[in-house]
This record gives sequence, C-alpha cells and structure tokens, in this order.
Amino acid sequence: MKISYYPGCTVKTSAKNLENSALPLLGMFDIQTEELDDWYCCGVTFSQSADNLMYQLAPIRTLVKAKESGNKRLLTLCDMCYNTLKRSSLVVKNDPEKQQTIRDFMYLEKTEFKGDEIEIIHILSLLREIGAEEIKKRISRKVNNLKVAPYYGCMILRPREIAIDSAEDPRLMENILNTLGIETVDYPFRSDCCTSYQIVNEPEIVKAHTKKLVNSIKKRGGDIIVLSCPLCHFNIDEIQKQIAEEDESFETIPVLYFTQLLALLVGIDPNVNDFSLHYIDPRPVLERKGLL
Amino acid sequence: MPKNKKIVLSSAKVRSNEDLDKLKEISEENIFSCYQCGNCSAGCPAAEFMDEPPHKIIRLLQLGLIKEAMYANSSWICAACIYCTVECPRGVDIAKVMEALRQIALRKGVNHVNIDKLSEKILEKLPQIALISNFRKFTL
Repeated sequence: MKISYYPGCTVKTSAKNLENSALPLLGMFDIQTEELDDWYCCGVTFSQSADNLMYQLAPIRTLVKAKESGNKRLLTLCDMCYNTLKRSSLVVKNDPEKQQTIRDFMYLEKTEFKGDEIEIIHILSLLREIGAEEIKKRISRKVNNLKVAPYYGCMILRPREIAIDSAEDPRLMENILNTLGIETVDYPFRSDCCTSYQIVNEPEIVKAHTKKLVNSIKKRGGDIIVLSCPLCHFNIDEIQKQIAEEDESFETIPVLYFTQLLALLVGIDPNVNDFSLHYIDPRPVLERKGLL
Repeated sequence: MPKNKKIVLSSAKVRSNEDLDKLKEISEENIFSCYQCGNCSAGCPAAEFMDEPPHKIIRLLQLGLIKEAMYANSSWICAACIYCTVECPRGVDIAKVMEALRQIALRKGVNHVNIDKLSEKILEKLPQIALISNFRKFTL
C-alpha cells in the first residue's frame, strides 16, 4: 500500500529518530511512504481565530500537495501536525463561506481543495489498523518484565471531531502493547497536556507538570514512557534532566517514541533510534530489559 | 484581579463593549451559554498557574468585564490543549475564547513574547515545534 507522507519540521531535526524508526516499521507491513515533494510547516498550532484565515493557508497548501500526489491518504508522525492538518481540513469542509474565502485567495493555484479529498492519518491509527496480531508475528526480541507507561498528550485526542481514541480513557497504545505481551502502567495523567509551548517562556509550568507525571509513573513501577508527539517528547525528556540536577532525589524515566519501542521489538537496526537525541539516556533500561 | 478591587456591574458594560464584540467575532462563541459548573477549571492542566481559572474568566466576560479578564495572566498560561472545550457540558469552546483574548491583546500591538530578548541558549536548545507554536500564540 502506498501512502503520502508529511514529515513536518521537527521530525527532520530533533525528532529524526521518530521518522527513522517509524518508516522502516511501516515498510515491514508493506506500507510504502512517499514523502510529499514540496511541503510547508503546518504552523504547529491550529489557529482558532475565526476572523483571520491566513493561518489556515500553510496546512491547506500541504493538503493540496497531498491531493496532487494521487494518494488518498496522508500520513503524519507528529501529533501537532496531525491536529493542525485535520482541523484545517475540517474548516474547509464544514464552512462553505470560509472555503470560498480561502479559494478566492488561492485563485492562482490550480488544484481546488474541498476538505474531504484526503484522509489524514496519524501513525498510531495506522499501527492500530495494521493490527497488534500482525505486529506480534514480527516480534523478534524477548523482553524481561518491561513496564511501559503510554502517554497520549492532547493533540491526537482533542477536540472530539479529530480524536483518534477516547479523550478520557485512550487505550490504543495499551491494546497494542498488551497484545504483544508487554505490561502497561495505568496512571492518571495519560491524556493531560504536557503544557506545550509554555516551555519557551514559562518552563516552570512544564517542570511542575513533568514532576507530577514522572512521579506518578515511578510510583506504579513504570520503566519507560512511550509517546508519539515530538513536543511532548522534548518537554518531558529535557526538563527531567533539569529537575534531576536541582533535586537529587528525583528519579528520571526515559522517554521513547512508540515507534522506537516497536522498532526494537521487531528487530530493526537499533541505530535508527539515535539515542544521542535523548536527554535521559534510555540505553541502561533497554539493556536491562533485553531490548538492546 | 486584585482581591479587594471593587468592580462595577452594569448592563451597559455588556451591551456596548467594543472588545466584547470583537471577542465574539474572533471566537464565534456564545459565552452566555456557560452556567459556571467549573468543569473546565477542574481539569485544566495549567489552572494552578493562572490568576483566574478558566470558568472565572468566562464569568468576567459575561459581566462585560473584559479588561479584568485580559488583565489576568490566564490566556497567556493557557496551552491550548482543548481539555476545557471537550469537557464543557454547555458546548462552549473555551479554548477559542482564550485565543480571542490573546488576539485582542496582540492586535493592540503588544507581543507577549519578545523574540529578540530570548537567549541564544534557549533558541539553540528548543526544537522548532516549541518555538513556532509559542510565537504563533504569543506574537503577531
């Protein structure tokens, strides 16, 4: 199966290991990803101002490129990209007046976009579609008593019209991992926001949130956190290092992309994970648990 | 809002208020649907850092006290995670109201984050995803 692929900005830099683990993983299940020839940054956050449609243009232009690619589906690995692209497509689809305004502005561009031509699909949805049983057939590593804490964050769960799973009790990653025989940790902050862009000017908020999150997982015996969003990854990973420097009693927990864990389990070259991009080195835990 | 500050309530404040009209135009939300159950504030991951939690911001707006709502740091602490919107039993998209408050302030010409003043260390360390989203919400 061929599928168009939109990487977005961070997947090409500090989250390169997300791409490098996800694409070969999909390849194992006969999914060929075709990166769009020409794509733009989606803007990261969806613009909620009804009176200014300029911010919708970047995601819409990317969706136009996806339409021109001829594939019906567009894959995103990043939660923020998924949210922005999907919500922008819904603005065009559900609001004829706004669709017309945008079309009038883009009159020099040949391809029209009506909002429903492209199915935007997030990597986790695609893995659910492949099916845990299929993934299980490819498992080549035996894991020693690994306890995983899945973290969903907000952008793939909210608002409801774009949610890939229940906003209050998501089970997507748990269902896959449990089928693979891996124990998951149930803890209360799985679908809380990582506090997102506050990392730039209010890092104390991110710190407080991460402390609460990590302590809650540690208390329940979690060994690693898995997630899919590069912003959640940076926030939860990097700030832990700072917390640990300030407070010796704080126990850190490594943060991996869900696809990194699966790539290790199915025996894809561990180098794709480029652990130098991590602030909390996951290697000691992964070695202890038989994944490296 | 300072604890002992007196506020004046009047229907005129709600009826003729340019900023409140703008808020409605930007957010397309009816803030008067809110019946102050507080669900939004109960689950907001950043409420503890806000001067006024989300439901109180909506209450201030219902009373036409938009200056007081904008004086609070709340809309700048909001991380646009949409929790409040999903949980609102009255269907008020509170995240959109927070965005509108930010936009009204930004459109008056004052950026919340001054990009020039961010240290090089921060700019080098943070991934694009953090910087772009922050600048999108906090600058114009």
